[in-house]
Amino acid sequence: MKFSYFPGCTDHSTSLEYGKSTREVFKVLNIELLEIDDWNCCGAAATHSINHLLSLCLPARNISKAQALNAGPLLVPCAGCFNMLKRTENVLKKDETKRKEIEEIVGFKYDPSLEILALMDVMINKIGFEKIRQKVKKPLKGLKTACYYGCALVRHPKITQMDDPENPQYMDRLMKALGANPVEWSYKVDCCGADLALTHSEIVKKLVGRIVSMAEEAGAQCLVTSCGLCQANLEMRQDRDLPVFYFTELMGIAFDIIDRKNWWGKHIISPNPLLSSMGLI
Amino acid sequence: MISMERVDSLFLDEVKKRSGEEINLCYQCLKCTAGCPTAPYMDIKPNNIIRMIQMGMKKEILESSAIWLCVSCETCGTRCPNEIDIGVLMDTLREIAVEEGVTVREKNIYLLHETFIKNIKRLGRVHEATMLMEYKLRSKDIMTDMVSGLMLFLKGKIPIFPSIIKGREDIKKIFDKCQTKKK
Repeated sequence: MKFSYFPGCTDHSTSLEYGKSTREVFKVLNIELLEIDDWNCCGAAATHSINHLLSLCLPARNISKAQALNAGPLLVPCAGCFNMLKRTENVLKKDETKRKEIEEIVGFKYDPSLEILALMDVMINKIGFEKIRQKVKKPLKGLKTACYYGCALVRHPKITQMDDPENPQYMDRLMKALGANPVEWSYKVDCCGADLALTHSEIVKKLVGRIVSMAEEAGAQCLVTSCGLCQANLEMRQDRDLPVFYFTELMGIAFDIIDRKNWWGKHIISPNPLLSSMGLI
Repeated sequence: MISMERVDSLFLDEVKKRSGEEINLCYQCLKCTAGCPTAPYMDIKPNNIIRMIQMGMKKEILESSAIWLCVSCETCGTRCPNEIDIGVLMDTLREIAVEEGVTVREKNIYLLHETFIKNIKRLGRVHEATMLMEYKLRSKDIMTDMVSGLMLFLKGKIPIFPSIIKGREDIKKIFDKCQTKKK
């Protein structure tokens, strides 16, 4: 099994530990990730907010690069990038006129057989719980996690094609496979405020505050996400000390990956006290 | 009271055509507004935006803060019983506002998007350090988040050197062909 890989801009910056842990986890699973050549920014919220055509063409160039690499489904770790690529895929598949326009601008021919998948989806539906369970050396016994799915991985379901937009379970099931105890809570798909963090931090503080306090009320010892922007907002805009992990980091602990010690220093809220107390550091 | 001079009878058709959304199907159940995370801060609530599009109140909508405070979380579109994707609608409204050169109510949000896009145009990827620096200087909002920014920098999460792509010609071509048609 191998995948073509779109790391996204935050792989070099704000979500360094997501990229590092993803690569390490795939090494353990013995699955090859081939980075697509000379990829560009997906365009993010900025482009779809004010320039629709640009928001389709920038992801389309990455799709063309994945087609050229021809190394299996395109795997996208960042939920935001995933959503942008899927929005473009949806237009390429369903709107012939627009497809031709995009193909002309980007200079490629779209191949609808290319699958575009979120890292979470690959973990659960391509690799599967059985293979993951086999690699668990250090079960996350007793660790109570609040799985935070956020927006871009889940909605709009016609774009993301992910299960149950109101009460998704896949990350919870993954946590169980690692031996952890995911808590039941009602804020797993509530928005963190996204890029309003830079212009209206007071709104984001309120939204994040509610998410974090609800996770704590449900008894969680940490939050788990698959989105760089959610992770940054949840860590930087809360007024408590609830650690926020990428789900691949928790896989890294369960697989007993030595490199994990280099991930914790990248966090704004240190997970060290929690991990020490559970014997998982 | 809505005076007739303020009504643009073509607005509904324009928004419908550009967004592809069946705005007329809305029966004001208010699910969109009830689930919207930023509705409490909006001057016009999402359900009222829909009603006002139907009524042709173009100026009020394009000059609202609401269209900029929407972060496209898609809760509204996911829950709408008539399958109107309000998130997509908001993108269309913002795009029209930019094209028509109306006074943007949420200047910093627009500025952030613009700075972000400029960064991609130049490098092909986003380089947080230069993007944030430019945004800070242009918005004159220098001090906010200085401490957290510094913290990220010290953790090695804001690299000094950008990651520049080789295919900048491709990017330039894409940008040339996707230019916003300002009126």
